[in-house]
Amino acid sequence: MAKQVSPGVLALRKVVDDVHKEAREAKARGELVGWSSSKFPCELAAAFDLNVMYPENQAAGIAANRYGEMMCQAAEDLGYDNDICGYARISLAYAAGVRVSRKYDPETGEYIIDPSTGKPLKDADGNVIIDEATGKPKKDPKTQTPYLQLDNIHDIEALPDGPEKERRWEAISPIRQMRIPQPDFVLCCNNICNCMTKWYENIARMCNIPLIMVDIPYNNDVHVADENVKYVRAQFDQAIKQLEELTGKKFDEKKFEHACANANRTAKAWLKVCDYLQYKPAPYSGFDLFNHMADVVTARARVETAEAFELLAKDLEEAVQKGETTTPFPEKYRVMFEGIPCWPKLPALFKPLKANGVNVTAVVYAPAFGFVYDGLDEMARAYYKAPNSVCIEQGVDWREGICRDNKVDGVLVHYNRSCKPWSGYMAEMQRRFTEDLGVPCAGFDGDQADPRNFNAAQYETRVQGLVEAMEANKQAKEA
Amino acid sequence: MSDIFTLGIDVGSTASKCIIMRNGEEIVAKSLIDVGAGTSGPQRAIEAVLEDAGMKKEDMAYTLATGYGRTSLMDGIADKQMSELSCHAKGASFLFPNVHTVIDIGGQDVKVLHIDNGAMTNFQMNDKCAAGTGRFLDVMARVLEVKVEDLGRLGAMSKKKVGISSTCTVFAESEVISQLSMGTDKCDIIDGIHRSVAHRVTGLAHRIGVVPDVVMTGGVAQNTGVVKALQEELGCPIKTSPLTQYNGALGAALLAWQAASRRR
Ligand code: SF4
Repeated sequence: MAKQVSPGVLALRKVVDDVHKEAREAKARGELVGWSSSKFPCELAAAFDLNVMYPENQAAGIAANRYGEMMCQAAEDLGYDNDICGYARISLAYAAGVRVSRKYDPETGEYIIDPSTGKPLKDADGNVIIDEATGKPKKDPKTQTPYLQLDNIHDIEALPDGPEKERRWEAISPIRQMRIPQPDFVLCCNNICNCMTKWYENIARMCNIPLIMVDIPYNNDVHVADENVKYVRAQFDQAIKQLEELTGKKFDEKKFEHACANANRTAKAWLKVCDYLQYKPAPYSGFDLFNHMADVVTARARVETAEAFELLAKDLEEAVQKGETTTPFPEKYRVMFEGIPCWPKLPALFKPLKANGVNVTAVVYAPAFGFVYDGLDEMARAYYKAPNSVCIEQGVDWREGICRDNKVDGVLVHYNRSCKPWSGYMAEMQRRFTEDLGVPCAGFDGDQADPRNFNAAQYETRVQGLVEAMEANKQAKEA
Repeated sequence: MSDIFTLGIDVGSTASKCIIMRNGEEIVAKSLIDVGAGTSGPQRAIEAVLEDAGMKKEDMAYTLATGYGRTSLMDGIADKQMSELSCHAKGASFLFPNVHTVIDIGGQDVKVLHIDNGAMTNFQMNDKCAAGTGRFLDVMARVLEVKVEDLGRLGAMSKKKVGISSTCTVFAESEVISQLSMGTDKCDIIDGIHRSVAHRVTGLAHRIGVVPDVVMTGGVAQNTGVVKALQEELGCPIKTSPLTQYNGALGAALLAWQAASRRR
């Protein structure tokens, strides 16, 4: 049975679709399109009506569509080391013009189907139909996909105009993340991490476009000092100047204030949606929050985003009233999932959680993107704090807060090969969670974008261990 | 009331082990076959343990599987499977009632378990790298052309400290080779290898905290050199048992007994 999708979720999906569509249309009209890091102050770009795309979200989408390995390898072929963050590798390959494309027969123009793809064909009773010749299940042709290969837009552009050129353009994967326009400028804020700085510098150099940079030093303190605010505020002013030069327009205060108001409204609605995970059982799975990240990252300064999150909050309120949940299994345990999911391995990630009744009811993105401010100085202060730019005390505090509020029984930590800054301090955090919250923690190795760094069997053992430890803990508490 | 017999099977990556227990109190029989998951090992280990006990599979009130290949026994052989983490915790608590920390070095992984009142409440496992695992010692023994079971005895004869990397099996292997080519005494190199393993494992253990009594299980616990090096690194005594290799299977048999009594 198809899963019922709530109006709020549909509205959120539409927002992201629109962001992509508008950027493609703007590019076609010859307008500027920028690329931005996820926690660059988007309010500034909104004041200039600029269309902005987000490589981190794009890379996550590419990875979830299982193109991560091809794109990472393409970046490695360009000379980027395998140790560099997978998002950066995917994005750098894309910036260099690399695209995942469908193989077609040059004679007929038809796509060549990869026989290993597709779901098994079933008869009317739902039984898998076996191919007598091979003894293996027959594949449902509707679910089969073509062979994939890499292409490069610069090679396509160099072709003479004609049907072959058009065919090559068309063959590029139709997913929206493969159809993002090349950038005319880049906006980088390294509150996310320092890999970001080099990544965006490389894009700027590769594409020969301006880079607008906001530097946010790592904060050793829980508080953001006034001089730090001044340092960032001055960079905001500088960024505004650069954007004025780039667009030939004056900074529009009204539009800026409007964008800020929307961003604040989105943040509040986002937090409200996150807070529904406090209910026991939760009306949805925290994994869903990862899907809504695209909205909070790419479109938080839009009124439609705020409205969509408010709508989702309403849906959730109703679900709670009715005692319904979208989690596809009874919730037996509640955990915090720490880190970015392994996008290419989402089904493998979910399988043992589902099998053991483990619902993710806390993720650190909730507080990380739920920030509210008033005016440029406060905005500078708000942007000073991102998951990897804050000291361990602040990081622990954020997480322990949501763990308590959302009543978790354990913590599952993704040691993400891509994201060193994030994974680096998790060992100490894990120790503190156990000490402060009295819950077991389990760590597993993986990667957000590169499937080569994840092993399902190892992961399953760790999840099972965590479940058994949570169970022992529960029994001890009950006794 | 008649006796309840339970069977614990530990299908590891390099060996298969079985234990039969009476009433969750007494070990009746045990078996060990030197091949593990994906081989005939599990089946042979089961046959051997039943023969040793003079019993039939039908006499087992409950069978519980654990270890890397545990799920492969779920079609008809075992009643339940549990992770090797809980089983090692259970087994160690049976052998050493005051245990709070279990360090298990297996063929492919290293785990450190924290135990309260006989149950595992937290754990840490190694990351993908083989450094610090049983496999690491196998590789080194091969390079040194000695038997793995002799490592402990040979390392004890070391007279000089040699440093061997603990970060990577391949690095360590090339270090061992260059030490050999420089003419370093094998016993000294072996001692260095033991300390390298101990160093790696200590890092993992400190992540969840080391609370005595500390017990070491798994095949590598038979290597006295590693145990000694670990005691020095951790600064506390480590207990081992002659049954160390059977610890996972023992825990499985105990948990099987718990499940069987619940079923009654
Ligand atoms: S924060 Fe982590 S995942 Fe994000 S760009 Fe930086 S290294 Fe990559």
